[in-house]
Amino acid sequence: MALGAWNARVDDVLKRFGGRPEHLLQMLIALQETENWLPPEALTALASALKLPRARVEGVVGFYSFLHAQPVGQYRLLFSDNIIDRMLGSEALMARLCHSLWLAPGQVSEDGLVSVDVTSCTGLGDQGPAMLVNGRAIAALNEDRIDIICELIRQKLALDAWPAELFELENTIHQRDALLSCAAQPGDALQAAIAMGRDAWLSQVQVSRLRGRGGAGFTTAVKWLACRDAPATEKIVVCNADEGEPGTFKDRVLLNAHADLVFEGMTLAAWAVGARRGFLYLRGEYLNLRPALEATLARRRAEGWLGASIGGAAGFDFDIEIHLGAGAYVCGEETALLESLEGKRGTPRIRPPFPVTHGYLGLPTVVNNVETLAKCCLIALNGGAAFAATGTAQSAGTKLLSVSGDCERPGIYEFPFGVTVRQVLDACGATDTLAVQVGGAAGITLAPYEFGRRVAFEDVPTAGAFMVFNDTRDMFEVAHNFVRFFAHESCGFCTPCRVGTSLLAGTLDKLAEGKGSPADLLEIEDLDRLLKQASHCGLGSAAPNPVIDGLQKFRPAYERHLMHADFSPAFDLDGALRRARQITGRDDAGAHLPQQPEASR
Amino acid sequence: MSQPTFLLDGQSVPFDDGQMILEAARAAGRYIPHLCWHPDFPPHGSCKLCVVKVAGRHVSACATPARAGAEVESDTPEINTERRTLLQMLFVEGNHFCPACEKSGDCQLQAMAYDLEMTTPRFRHFFPDRPVDASHPEVLLDFNRCIYCELCVRASREQDGKAVFALTGRGINKKLAVNAESGRLADTDFAANDKAAHICPVGVILKKRVGFAVPIGERTYDRAPLHEVALPKLEGDT
Repeated sequence: MALGAWNARVDDVLKRFGGRPEHLLQMLIALQETENWLPPEALTALASALKLPRARVEGVVGFYSFLHAQPVGQYRLLFSDNIIDRMLGSEALMARLCHSLWLAPGQVSEDGLVSVDVTSCTGLGDQGPAMLVNGRAIAALNEDRIDIICELIRQKLALDAWPAELFELENTIHQRDALLSCAAQPGDALQAAIAMGRDAWLSQVQVSRLRGRGGAGFTTAVKWLACRDAPATEKIVVCNADEGEPGTFKDRVLLNAHADLVFEGMTLAAWAVGARRGFLYLRGEYLNLRPALEATLARRRAEGWLGASIGGAAGFDFDIEIHLGAGAYVCGEETALLESLEGKRGTPRIRPPFPVTHGYLGLPTVVNNVETLAKCCLIALNGGAAFAATGTAQSAGTKLLSVSGDCERPGIYEFPFGVTVRQVLDACGATDTLAVQVGGAAGITLAPYEFGRRVAFEDVPTAGAFMVFNDTRDMFEVAHNFVRFFAHESCGFCTPCRVGTSLLAGTLDKLAEGKGSPADLLEIEDLDRLLKQASHCGLGSAAPNPVIDGLQKFRPAYERHLMHADFSPAFDLDGALRRARQITGRDDAGAHLPQQPEASR
Repeated sequence: MSQPTFLLDGQSVPFDDGQMILEAARAAGRYIPHLCWHPDFPPHGSCKLCVVKVAGRHVSACATPARAGAEVESDTPEINTERRTLLQMLFVEGNHFCPACEKSGDCQLQAMAYDLEMTTPRFRHFFPDRPVDASHPEVLLDFNRCIYCELCVRASREQDGKAVFALTGRGINKKLAVNAESGRLADTDFAANDKAAHICPVGVILKKRVGFAVPIGERTYDRAPLHEVALPKLEGDT
């Protein structure tokens, strides 16, 4: 595309988004739609139209996995690379596709038609393996589906003309409790809260003892109170739908099947804190949910549940915008999310100040998880006391669990807090279970002796991921997958996380190649400690969790990968000759250096 | 009214309300190691060399407000070991060849490694591919040595009003970018007398044609260790 054409595209995008720099990320996503990538001249055109330094625009593009400053294929295929997808055969399917289309992962085919790569968990663990084709999710991949996809690509058929059933996603709900069986009509909860008045409504939230469902478990009412009382005329409500934790997908199902509850919850939050603007920050992987969500928003505006004087309450004005993420797990951290919402690189901020006083564009902001907000509807409908009557002493209400892995019925399970791990395993039909990873890659690995522990903030806290591994699985492989995930998703801001996650991944790579030594295990423990203590945000401090738990509970899985030596060097002498062998076309024994392990003592 | 104080390694340090631990310590003539912190800018908190322990928690001294009566541990074997590990991480992620570097002796990374007695790189080297930008007539950019303190980014934006530098990429693939479609410093409005040209704590931004004007052995940190030079009364260039 010529520069003139890019200028025209930039003008279009500018008109759509009002030319505000805080929409930079949204504009880049829109600008990329035509060519699938962002050539240098497109960035220059956008930067000059927005009067932003070009380097800042380049910096934003460079941060997000789904924005491309280099050409990618006309069809861009990304295989979800969570351990669950791998267990369901994603690697073999990717190999089959690459073989069929004559290309290698990470490369663009010579005709520019297609590129294939892996991406972090796409939130379809209940119906994997999954992939994204130009951002649109395809689940339940198998050899037949791969062959169909290859054929569609060879025919160069536009994505809109692909069979619709390829893009169908299931809402696999297996166990409903208060939230998932809620039959309220749109507006019911709002009318109840409006009838109470703002202060009485907030008191009900206090009584409910509702805590954040994103994992940290902060008390919702405390957050709302602080935001309400922060001195500013404008307040913001943000729904964190950047559900990036590997193995979780409950927010996807809520947004797909119960979007009204989520938007109503946001509106209830706005009623409590006095906000006029709301944002749903939707992870890029959930792009396919967007049209239905926009339609729900439009309907709610038409019904008077969004807009001016909501529910007839004078001065209760609130509306919601959807912002897309673009492939950055760290944006699930609330201050990184706010940076991203402002169109910047998703680097977590220094806290304090906290978002409740200095959030979006410096305004007091509440950031709540999708599920937390949906639960607010139950509190408005039935009262705080009824909500607090279920669950445990410190964890009121129910919790949605995203169950995946080795079980008969993967999907969503809603249980009151306090449910034991064993009860969940029984419900989903898991047998011969070796381990359960609760809370995603950043969570906790539970061994069978811990299956009596309870899902609750006071015992096993979780944002909802519940990955099951049976006794055929290698828990080293699981941790290896998670650590590589963290190295890929580190924002790179602070030294310990930027370098430490890569060092940790490198050491596990070394073990995976069978070249580990006891010294490496000590090194891993040392890196774990530094990451935990010195990282800037939760990503870095949680990154070593799977390895810490693994070494403690499944140490033999690690020791299997050790050479019988006290120390083996990371530098691979024989590997260093690889290029020389390639150049000379030799691969005989004489062209190799035997790496003799030291005699074990 | 008497000024509130906290304890830094057992010794009393006075502070003003809102002052960060690092600032207060520095004002009292006490050094806490730092690379990305600079007196002219708000705390950044990325290098983590200023890590200290307060009530059992590890925090960045540059970004943590001082509190009356707090006990802060800084110059302890535990914390210095962590700092050494962080330094080793900075050394292996880039390409640092001190003996051949024009900044040797004036480099804060190198000086801190001496100060904290870092004797080996410990980890495997990443050997990243980071081409040098020699396009500008007066200034050379050697990205091999970048530690992502963002001081040039901040100085160019806030003091020079230019925004010549920005970060791009993510994680271990993060890199410093310049404000030009060509990616060349020569195509930006950068000038050798910009504040940003003189703020790099390591050897990324170097003036051309002044190599080895001061002999090695007579440079800043050859004459006095970093923990002395870095204290306010001696910091001449700010």
